[in-house]
Amino acid sequence: MSDHKTMTLTLIVWRQKNASDPGKFETYTAKNITDHHSFLEMLDCVNEDLILEGKEPIVFDHDCREGICGMCSQVINGAPHGGQERTTVCQLHMRKFKDGDTIYIEPWRARAFPIVKDLVVDRTALDTIIQAGGYTSCHTGGVADGNAILIPKPVADEAMDAAECVGCGACVAGCPNGAAMLFTGAKVSQLSLLPQGKGEAAARVKAMTAAMTECGFGNCTNHYECQAACPKGINVKFIARMNRDFLKAQFA
Amino acid sequence: MILDGKCPTGPIEQTWDKHRFDLKLVNPANKRKYNVIVVGTGLAGGAAAASLGELGYNVQAFCYQDSPRRAHSIAAQGGINAAKNYPNDGDSIYRLFYDTIKGGDFRAREADVWRLAQVSNNIIDQCVAQGVPFARDYAGYLDNRSFGGAQVSRTFYARGQTGQQLLLGAYSALSRQIKAGTVKMYNRREMLDLVVVDGVARGITVRNLVTGELESYAADAVCLCTGGYVNVFYLSTNAMGCSVTANWKAHKKGALFANPCYTQIHPTCIPQAGDYQSKLTLMSESLRNDGRCWAPKKKGDTRPPNQIPEEDRDYYLERKYPSFGNLAPRDIASRAAKEQCDDSRGVGPGGRGVYLDFADSIKRLSEDTIRERYGNLFEMYEKITDENAYKVPMRIYPAPHYSMGGLWVDYNLMSNVPGLFVLGEANFSVHGANRLGASALMQGLADGYFVIPYTIGGYLTTVKPGQVKEDHAEFKKSVEDVNSDVNKLLSINGKRTVTDFTRELGGLMWENCGMARTKESLEKNLKKIPALREEFWKNVKVTGSGADFNQQLENAGRTADFLEFGELMCRDALHRNESCGGHFRSEYQYDDGEAKRDDVNFCYVGAWEFKGVNAEPELHKEPLQFENVHLAVRSYK
Repeated sequence: MSDHKTMTLTLIVWRQKNASDPGKFETYTAKNITDHHSFLEMLDCVNEDLILEGKEPIVFDHDCREGICGMCSQVINGAPHGGQERTTVCQLHMRKFKDGDTIYIEPWRARAFPIVKDLVVDRTALDTIIQAGGYTSCHTGGVADGNAILIPKPVADEAMDAAECVGCGACVAGCPNGAAMLFTGAKVSQLSLLPQGKGEAAARVKAMTAAMTECGFGNCTNHYECQAACPKGINVKFIARMNRDFLKAQFA
Repeated sequence: MILDGKCPTGPIEQTWDKHRFDLKLVNPANKRKYNVIVVGTGLAGGAAAASLGELGYNVQAFCYQDSPRRAHSIAAQGGINAAKNYPNDGDSIYRLFYDTIKGGDFRAREADVWRLAQVSNNIIDQCVAQGVPFARDYAGYLDNRSFGGAQVSRTFYARGQTGQQLLLGAYSALSRQIKAGTVKMYNRREMLDLVVVDGVARGITVRNLVTGELESYAADAVCLCTGGYVNVFYLSTNAMGCSVTANWKAHKKGALFANPCYTQIHPTCIPQAGDYQSKLTLMSESLRNDGRCWAPKKKGDTRPPNQIPEEDRDYYLERKYPSFGNLAPRDIASRAAKEQCDDSRGVGPGGRGVYLDFADSIKRLSEDTIRERYGNLFEMYEKITDENAYKVPMRIYPAPHYSMGGLWVDYNLMSNVPGLFVLGEANFSVHGANRLGASALMQGLADGYFVIPYTIGGYLTTVKPGQVKEDHAEFKKSVEDVNSDVNKLLSINGKRTVTDFTRELGGLMWENCGMARTKESLEKNLKKIPALREEFWKNVKVTGSGADFNQQLENAGRTADFLEFGELMCRDALHRNESCGGHFRSEYQYDDGEAKRDDVNFCYVGAWEFKGVNAEPELHKEPLQFENVHLAVRSYK
């Protein structure tokens, strides 16, 4: 471990007061950063300095800081979440950077995600897609025993692969079209793979894709940038599966 | 005042069914006349809002995150308990009930715990119906694993992301109700006051975190589902936004705070690496199904773990607790790890760590099997520490994780303030002095799906809907009070940042009210915390404005509340002259270091009444009666 070495870094950070402000880049210096700092802890240190100087700290979304809540959302050197495979910003550690590096930090940029302030965007559109049909219409209580529906391991596993999505929106930020196909495809697939979700599969895929379009998300043109950006490694095969479900639904 | 939990009497197996029948019902056409506020959208809040909306109530739900899907229940890893007995290994509702009472060191109510065990099975069925992809075997049946404090395999799981999958299930049910119009969702809102009119909870004041505006919401009942308070330790496994604020505001408006000294220190977390650190990361208890905890036998042994031969290793949990081994309950496993480190046999930086070793399991089962079971946890460990735990043992150390204490509630989950209900981790009800692994998810969902939908009706039948609106003087006063606090924080313009204060408070709490407490250490805190609080209100620096997205201001408010709450926690720990579960007073232990309970003097719930910031709170007691379980010294040997 090299925790005795410290790094000094130049940060070029997007600052924007609110949705109507045009915004601009500002330059900051991050000092005394070690290998063990997470990226967000590095930003915490910069913010502490800014506060003591009487300046407004950089605003960014974060919460669990263990890669599961999906709240953190920064484009680092052009890559959503910083480009490390299967990693959210909060799990990205400074050992991936070198002393003297210059780092560009920007918010998610997509038509469907208006900027709220600095690095914070409004991702309500993702909730809207789920509200359109990302559920099984079961009531609380009055359901069958958990083992009454048999779901062989390969099916349960594949549904789980899709269900791992944390809803951060990196797929949208990474997509040249600002599409939410990976996000939507993952939820559609999880539920259409499982017997519990099959009954409503046709209606669900139609409603969710319609919501996706209404919210201002783009379409898929097979760049696969979404999969590369996804901190949970959600596979683009779920987009293909959603497209098949969508086609089938037209004849249902 | 002697508190009455209003627990049903009679044979324990019939208590909940009888109580449900006795509760009055609100007829379907009348339900829509009632407004219900749900604060927090974790397992308890998400499930409650969805279920109440589905029943036909008008629900307004609030969360501080940008989406209800992000509540910290999402970070729970290992699993959820239920008494299904699918593995045919001797489980039953009675056994889950008994294990939970015993695990809690006999400091929980029997009737509440019985109900939890009873509805545990419904929860699994409900989640399956929602499309939660629980682990299954090749034939398609649900799989189970074991957790601490149990000798049966009753834990259902979805890889290492069970909390996430259960929360997304509740979130999807909630989303369905939002679409149906029965639930109105308010994101990025933080509750900053409870509005009480003539002694009855009538609504809340929230701050819109984007615009800074203070908003009033009135309702016929308020449900707090706002989680726990272990961020009082600064470093914990909780999310950065988790706080005591909602609960503390309710406490200041009259709700009693029960057993605040019962905090859970989770034995298996990644050790702290530096002062800048913002949180500690949990490594699921499920890892102890296949990982073995050990420390070197020799003091100050600096050899790399692979070079320490078997005979120089102390598998201390297996040695001390042969019948439960590595799956001893959390409080016991944490103290055992601390004992190793205090004895200069800890490993890693500062000697604050022990090993969790998978070498034997990898040899027995293969690396692939271990990867399949815990792959995401190993990956998370590597990202944080840069070490490959398939090759070298994990280094772990205990960290604050969960609060068993919380607002006092009766059997109906209603606090002593009529109309104020408290669900999930935010209440004190079922875990006693120590929570068993995989029981938090169970409680959150039990309260939200299967308890509150019944008990809230019993209350609402006693009130006329819509009696108080947002234009009532109490709402205006509440907004003025909150506004004056906000302005005060912004006007101090001192020399220390909010984080600086939070970290100092956390240090005091960890040092003097952490895994082991003494009369002296607690008395020290009772002097230091008020002094720190005084300094905070003179010397904190919060930049920016109140009418804006201002994260420093949010943190400042939360820290201000922790600075008041921390004192109560120490006071509770000081008054409880016994050791039980997560509350370990060094003065009260047996010769072998096990916790020494005092059932003659302390077999009660201690619930505190707020009397003013610098005034002594008043203690009220609810005696605990055990009719079905024999009070015994807890043994896992």
